[in-house]
Amino acid sequence: MEKRVVFRSAWLPYALLAPQLAITVVFFFWPAGQAVWYSFQLQDAFGLHSEFVWFENFTALFADPHYLESFKTTAVFSVAVAGLGISISLLLATMADRVVRGALVYKTILIWPYAVAAAVAGVLWAFLFAPSIGIVTYVLKGFGVDWNWIIKGDQAMLLIIIASVWKQISYNFLFFLAGLQSIPKSLIEAAAIDGAGPARRFWTIVLPLLSPTAFFLLVVNIVYAFFDTFGVIDATTMGGPAQATQILVYKVYHDGIKSADIGGSSAQSVILMIIVIALTAAQFKYIERKVQY
Amino acid sequence: MVEKRPLLDFVTHAVLIVGAFVIAFPLYVTFVASTLSLDEIMSVPMPLLPGSHFVENYSQVLFAGSTGGSRAAVLDMLFNSMVMALAVPLGKISISILSSFAIVYFRFPLRNFLFWTIFVTLMLPVEVRIIPTFKVMADLGLLNTYAGLTLPLIASATATFLFRQFFMTIPDELAEAARIDGAGPMRFFWDVVVPLSKTTMAALFVIQFIYGWNQYLWPLLITSDESMYTVVIGIKRMITGGDAANEWNLIMATAVLAMLPPAAVVLLMQKWFVKGLVETEK
Repeated sequence: MEKRVVFRSAWLPYALLAPQLAITVVFFFWPAGQAVWYSFQLQDAFGLHSEFVWFENFTALFADPHYLESFKTTAVFSVAVAGLGISISLLLATMADRVVRGALVYKTILIWPYAVAAAVAGVLWAFLFAPSIGIVTYVLKGFGVDWNWIIKGDQAMLLIIIASVWKQISYNFLFFLAGLQSIPKSLIEAAAIDGAGPARRFWTIVLPLLSPTAFFLLVVNIVYAFFDTFGVIDATTMGGPAQATQILVYKVYHDGIKSADIGGSSAQSVILMIIVIALTAAQFKYIERKVQY
Repeated sequence: MVEKRPLLDFVTHAVLIVGAFVIAFPLYVTFVASTLSLDEIMSVPMPLLPGSHFVENYSQVLFAGSTGGSRAAVLDMLFNSMVMALAVPLGKISISILSSFAIVYFRFPLRNFLFWTIFVTLMLPVEVRIIPTFKVMADLGLLNTYAGLTLPLIASATATFLFRQFFMTIPDELAEAARIDGAGPMRFFWDVVVPLSKTTMAALFVIQFIYGWNQYLWPLLITSDESMYTVVIGIKRMITGGDAANEWNLIMATAVLAMLPPAAVVLLMQKWFVKGLVETEK
């Protein structure tokens, strides 16, 4: 896509681009370049001395069982967050698309969590599930469930999944609703006249037409689970207990800031960058395909 | 709806009511807890109807802060959050409308290269380059400053991409007419492009306001001085230890205060918000 009509000036376009380029170079390329540079170096704890070690940081990482464990944690966490978030929102959006009465009330409640910061969402759910005073803990105890996420790893994982999904439902819901409302009513009516019931119509017409939206949301939700849930985790489990909830991005933060292992943390950053670039490339492929339609 | 199915209608509302309940319950409990005294919260199970300590809790956090963890007053934190939530969208909108204008309406050497230079920032969120960005900020002396809080978040290409997409849809005839009438590029920019972009700007503003307000990791790293805390960081700093040791009534009051401004923006500007959301991501 190119404009046919353009203006001419030898300097103006550079002047217009200058502010954004300056900010991008100083706060983006410089640090990203340093991340790559540090990842090949070994520093002592005080940052006084550093040594170029090629790929030693990377080989050390992949020999580190904690790092491999963190990969597994991240995989479980992001699959759970994306899977649950997408299916629950799809259900709610399909239902909300059907109702006439009360639609605005439902919609208003369902989009509220979008406005809540991830860290705050974490605090709210940590409060509900607090081992000694939480109201949900109290109800669970009534059912004979011993709930204490502070010492039980799987419960801690469940807590951050619930909080992360809760926060992300609004976003998915809005996209599914927009997708549903763009499906031509005539298609649905034609199927109904041919005798297809609601369930049949959903599986054979609605779902295939929603699949581009669903794929887009899958990528977005995985990126969300990888990075934006940092706030949820830091405000609740802080990676614990015993690293049960330490996802990759939390480990970068923990190793770099808390343990001051600059080389190791930078190497992890570089690996994360590669993962994000792969995910983004997948997303672009999808966008391109949609543009051609 | 295509046909009448009373049973399905019943199921539909049942599902939505359960969904809305699960979504709203934490918010309701938070509000209730913010009106109780600490003793009332500690008595298991805590009451589920609002108590009588509303004024007490809120004036305590707003003007004095909590007594356990962070002692900063929440009013100052709200101010810092507001600075961030306004500076991020305004900064992003102004620098990216200029740069996308240059990219769409000019042909010049290095155009494609510069476009991709900006565009590649879409790929890497702040979270993956935490340590080096922090070092750069420290070297520049920007720790604990508003510039340090906001500038790195402005360096992102989402807005540039959106403006570019929008400019592509502006009919060529407009630029042609402007040129024939002897208007220079900046005159065209101010009199045609900016007024036409108002909708896009409004939508971007809503999304980026929430983004700026809800930032967590970045302010956590860059603010060590209590007077620079944003309200989201403030909540985290109030949580000091085990669940019984926290002043939950004050934490919850702060949480309510932290949620209200972005929620108000979402609910009042719902139309722009949905438009902005669905379009920025395309």
